[in-house]
Amino acid sequence: MARATRKTPSKPGGGKAASGKAPAKRTARKTAAKRGPAAGEAVIPLPDRDTTFSLYRQMLLIRRFEEKAGQMYGMGLIGGFCHLYIGQEAVVVGLQSVKEPQDPVITSYRDHGHMLACGIDPKAVMAELTGRAGGLSKGKGGSMHMFSREKGFYGGHGIVGAQVPLGTGLAFAQKYQQTNGVSLTYFGDGSANQGQVYESFNMAELWRLPVLYVIENNQYAMGTAVRRASAQAELFRRGESFNVPGKPVDGMDVLAVREAGREALDFIRGGNGPMILEMKTYRYRGHSMSDPAKYRSKEEVNRMRAEHDPIDQLKKRMLAEGMADEAALKEVDREVKAVVSEAAEYAQNCPEPDPSELYTDVLIDA
Amino acid sequence: MTSMNMIQALNSAMDCLLDRDPNVVIMGEDVGYFGGVFRATAGLQQKYGRQRVFDTPIAEGGIVATAIGMGVNGLRPIAEIQFSDYIYPAIDQIVSEAARLRYRSGGEYYAPITIRSPCGGGIFGGQTHSQSPEGIFTHVSGLTTVMPSNPYDAKGLLIAAVESNDPVLFFEPKRIYNGPFDGDPNKPAEDWSRHEGGDVPEEYYSLPLRQAAIVREGADLTVITYGTMVHVSRAAVERSGFDAEIIDLRTLVPLDIETITKSVHKTGRCVVVHEATRTGGFGAEILSQIQEDCFWDLEAPIERVTGWDTPYPHAFEWEYFPGQERVLTAIEKVMGA
Repeated sequence: MARATRKTPSKPGGGKAASGKAPAKRTARKTAAKRGPAAGEAVIPLPDRDTTFSLYRQMLLIRRFEEKAGQMYGMGLIGGFCHLYIGQEAVVVGLQSVKEPQDPVITSYRDHGHMLACGIDPKAVMAELTGRAGGLSKGKGGSMHMFSREKGFYGGHGIVGAQVPLGTGLAFAQKYQQTNGVSLTYFGDGSANQGQVYESFNMAELWRLPVLYVIENNQYAMGTAVRRASAQAELFRRGESFNVPGKPVDGMDVLAVREAGREALDFIRGGNGPMILEMKTYRYRGHSMSDPAKYRSKEEVNRMRAEHDPIDQLKKRMLAEGMADEAALKEVDREVKAVVSEAAEYAQNCPEPDPSELYTDVLIDA
Repeated sequence: MTSMNMIQALNSAMDCLLDRDPNVVIMGEDVGYFGGVFRATAGLQQKYGRQRVFDTPIAEGGIVATAIGMGVNGLRPIAEIQFSDYIYPAIDQIVSEAARLRYRSGGEYYAPITIRSPCGGGIFGGQTHSQSPEGIFTHVSGLTTVMPSNPYDAKGLLIAAVESNDPVLFFEPKRIYNGPFDGDPNKPAEDWSRHEGGDVPEEYYSLPLRQAAIVREGADLTVITYGTMVHVSRAAVERSGFDAEIIDLRTLVPLDIETITKSVHKTGRCVVVHEATRTGGFGAEILSQIQEDCFWDLEAPIERVTGWDTPYPHAFEWEYFPGQERVLTAIEKVMGA
């Protein structure tokens, strides 16, 4: 299809950083992202050992952290709403590994993984879940509402889709302040139907803002499957009428995420305006802790876990290609478990906030 | 009579409405296939089909706006906003369109839509799953705002709301969906089976909008409240030992001021209780109307018990939630005790 645009597609893999060329393969619109390479398609090589181990460690940290949060929720130590990221780890870990330090990150309420990937202390995240003084928001925000200026993390937003225009504003600020930063604005397949998302696409393209819209399509908006609520279920195409290019990505494959992320960030950093990456991913748990997930079959979930798990996939490659042996991976597992245990311990022993905190942070000049 | 919780009563109301009137349709996020996150619409799509009970995208502005368009053309849509904290994207459509259409068309067009939305705290929902935004809508002329406090009222009032030719905001205090809650989180949860409000006829009935209910007659003071706080106030009154008259407003706007003033003329003392924040809350309007009408009967300044003027916090659920102690303190204050 013709796209009247100033962007000219480049050959796959040909784009130099900040060259102003469009990323590869973004014209592949008709097919959804395939999971795993097809015959004849090049397998993405593993990065160097340190990077690969870091990807593995971070995905595992998110997995174990979320399992622990789920467990603590079950024990009544965490109250209210809690949305686990289990299954989607490759998306945020892959993108975080290719972004620049100054690139701001903003996301929805399913935010624990993003914070850990941003390098935020797991203790402070867990203590926010338990509503303690040592939590990132002093216990006043909870699972869905956490922030870290230091790490460039802008929340943690409980209202579906609300972070998308905010992320667009973050991008405006990057451009205005000439930071050369790109705003990584994450949202889900459910958010993709909010009107404000399209207001954002229009403004971002109109003003050529440096924003990467990352649609984490985990197939279900709460209990509603994408196709039940989306006239155009190929969400990477949702920017077409604004000339915002988009691309589907296998979001269960951390290497595919990295590759697509790097290309997209180069493209955007080159002054070409926004881009959409639709990460085809899957959440293993219910929407929140109170969701029995009766809208999908157990078989479907088990199949995804067995065949597409992002951690298992990377682990298999590391073993098969001799980058790691079982002992080295077990060591990572041990390290990660220790970090998570420490966070859980801290979150339970940390004092509750002082009641006077109830009235602070309402107005600056109160 | 059957014992129903509030979810079952609402489900039964919608079942009756769908059965009686082919113009009634139900729309909202997860309401169809999944039956609603609180199960209020469970089974209705299977029974009435996807034409009449259907899922919408997550797009609150769009949900309300299309409901208005449908309503103008003779349908009676029931639109669910999954949590009342999610209603703000739809405010423009509610305020500028639904509420004002009748007036600006000189009565020619109107939109008989009902917006159902779970509200209120006490469930550890934090900032975006706990709010009580009713005062935003009571401020808008052209809207009817309803909040039931028990299953029986919920069914009868929802049927009346859908049959009303005006747009109705129907807020459902989610803390009392499964049982009455008296504000004490340490007590074991009660269910509705032992509460008179849990007796609900399976068949069709409606209750009048704009009519408050006196849930306890008394002579010493008047407690005016609605929603979850009806149960909290009841418990506080029992503890106080005073003979209080408790009024459950049920419909906030249009306000049943006659029931209120009749009671305050009698008692001369008054406490107004709501969960929503204080400044500009609906309680302020009640106070104002009472002093206009009952000033010379008042024996003491009127007290207000409300949520604090802060966002709903994650960590301080029970410091924020106006529990029995705060109601009791207010009762004692107006009684000069």
